[in-house]
Amino acid sequence: MFTYTLRRLAFAVPTLLIISFIIFVILDMAPNDPTASLPLTIPPEVRQQIRDALGLDQPMPIRYFKWCVQFFWNEPVNLIEQWTGWTIGDSESRLRVISWQTRSPVVDLIAERMPQTLWVVGMSYVVGILIAIPIGVISAYKQYSWFDQFGTLFSMAGFSVPTFFTGLLFIVIFSVNLQWFPSVYDTTHRVTDWDSFWFQVRQMIMPVMVLALFNASQISRFMRASMLDNLQQDYVRTARAKGLRERAVLLIHVLRNSMIPVVTVIALGVPQIFGGAIITEQIFRVNGLGQLLIVGIQSADIPLVQTLTFIFAVLIVLFNLVADVLYGILDPRIRYD
Amino acid sequence: MADGGDPRVLVRVDGLKMHFPIHEGLLRRQAGSVKAVDDISFEIFEGETLGLVGESGCGKSTAGRTILRLYQPTEGVIEIDGRDISTLEGTALRDLRPTMQMIFQDPQASLNPRMTVGSIIAEPLSEHHAMNATDRRNKVYELLDAVGLNRDFANRYPHEFSGGQRQRIGIARALALNPKFIVCDEPIAALDVSIQAQVVNLLEDLQEKLGLTYLFISHDLSMVRHLATRVAVMYLGKIVELAPRDALYNDPKHPYTQALLSAVPNPDPKTEAVRERIILTGDVPSPANPPQGCNFCTRCPKVMDRCRVEEPTWRDLGQGRYAACHLLEDA
Repeated sequence: MFTYTLRRLAFAVPTLLIISFIIFVILDMAPNDPTASLPLTIPPEVRQQIRDALGLDQPMPIRYFKWCVQFFWNEPVNLIEQWTGWTIGDSESRLRVISWQTRSPVVDLIAERMPQTLWVVGMSYVVGILIAIPIGVISAYKQYSWFDQFGTLFSMAGFSVPTFFTGLLFIVIFSVNLQWFPSVYDTTHRVTDWDSFWFQVRQMIMPVMVLALFNASQISRFMRASMLDNLQQDYVRTARAKGLRERAVLLIHVLRNSMIPVVTVIALGVPQIFGGAIITEQIFRVNGLGQLLIVGIQSADIPLVQTLTFIFAVLIVLFNLVADVLYGILDPRIRYD
Repeated sequence: MADGGDPRVLVRVDGLKMHFPIHEGLLRRQAGSVKAVDDISFEIFEGETLGLVGESGCGKSTAGRTILRLYQPTEGVIEIDGRDISTLEGTALRDLRPTMQMIFQDPQASLNPRMTVGSIIAEPLSEHHAMNATDRRNKVYELLDAVGLNRDFANRYPHEFSGGQRQRIGIARALALNPKFIVCDEPIAALDVSIQAQVVNLLEDLQEKLGLTYLFISHDLSMVRHLATRVAVMYLGKIVELAPRDALYNDPKHPYTQALLSAVPNPDPKTEAVRERIILTGDVPSPANPPQGCNFCTRCPKVMDRCRVEEPTWRDLGQGRYAACHLLEDA
């Protein structure tokens, strides 16, 4: 398993390099202009000078190479310096990946936005899983019961109604009419005592639930299908013949076996958390990564978009590997060598 | 029965029916039922092996599972060790599981792939006995010895074994609770011939040592002849004939039994050359819609008009022989 993981990691390096190049080419071909949002009174020569200053006068392969140097060498060195307090080489003049729009290093921007996204979107994923697993288990155990029918309806609705609709619906019902929760997420809010904690919970409920319902509807379907699959198996009959309690049959035998594919699906979904829920973050004004990406795209902030997209790609490749390794750990029949 | 005397009845089945409902249409109303087991009655004496034979889909396995209450029977009485278990539920039924166990047909699918062999065998022990971990481990080792497996196998997973070894694990698992009665549901059907003999010999040895009572379900007539004390023949959810082994094999009374036995090849080429096969035509009718009268009337070579109208009754022919056929009425 260990050598398998190392081999997969080694293979991931060229894959990711190719992905980063493809992202760069696509962004380069996009017809947007970083100076487009500047006032119209700026004459074209000045605009051209601004573009040249951003390095856009150089050919694409050179710009890509420079981004690679900045991202794969300068940024890691900078991180090491920050963590350890050492000085490696000439750290003053080392170029970092700089956002064109804000003129601050992209990595710092991401680090700033990460906590909000992880709290809101990460929490929604956890809540979604906690809702989905019991629904899936009960739906499968009582197949075609009213609970199962309702669960199917719930997940069909959750899956097919987009989050921008449920988000607005939640705002109309719970913020405007009932006035229970604030409709705008306050990123600057600090939790210091019980009151401020309660405020934090209240402002998180709506964005978390909108995303959680969406996640839960998918995962509960996987859970149900996997449970149904395992409930038919002969070893379940064996477990009953052993005279086990029904709860032990269900939780020890069926559920543990059913979790194998579901855990994989859950692991594969983790990169989405980091990607942020672009739409939901927009609706509730959560200053997360999704929002950062949208703003970056709107202002043609290529270094920002390039770096964010590439980090998502890294996470996707990484969690694919995590899913495979988890599968090998959970299912003794699978051996990677 | 074999030794004469007065054997004790361990299992008594009376008028057992197992019908599976068929649901159809938008509202999933019950549209009918598959009569997998339709009114069977027999007794199994302590220490004997009752062979239950019949072709695929005749309800043998369903009968075995229903007798062990893995299904909820539609009708009828199942008495094990003098106690009616046909309507027991929950804890009351679970408490009786140690007396009755089952060896399953598919040794691969019937073992939980995520549990080690040791925990598969030990699980019923921790469920039914207050045993500490050391005693449990020793009991697992004892059981592995009893079925001829290496003690080191306890820490391995079922997929690491061959079919015959897996079936031994299944047997060890069934023996863990010291049962009196074991239903063997085609335990050798999924194994190749050389392994079949090993497993059958193991079952015989265990029966001798532990005084077990078997209901041996199989479609392998030669194996049943080797193993069984008495044999019951099933066709389309009903038992058509029940007799001591030698009597049944030498002189089958029911036309279906005759046809079934005529299909067994003979190892002696001289007798094999003159063996007369009774070839049945047509397919087995659907158990959801069995024919009127005798279930066998659509394929019976000796069918009479009466068979299509009137269902034959279960007749005692003396000397422990029973059959259900109109032909035997005058005899």
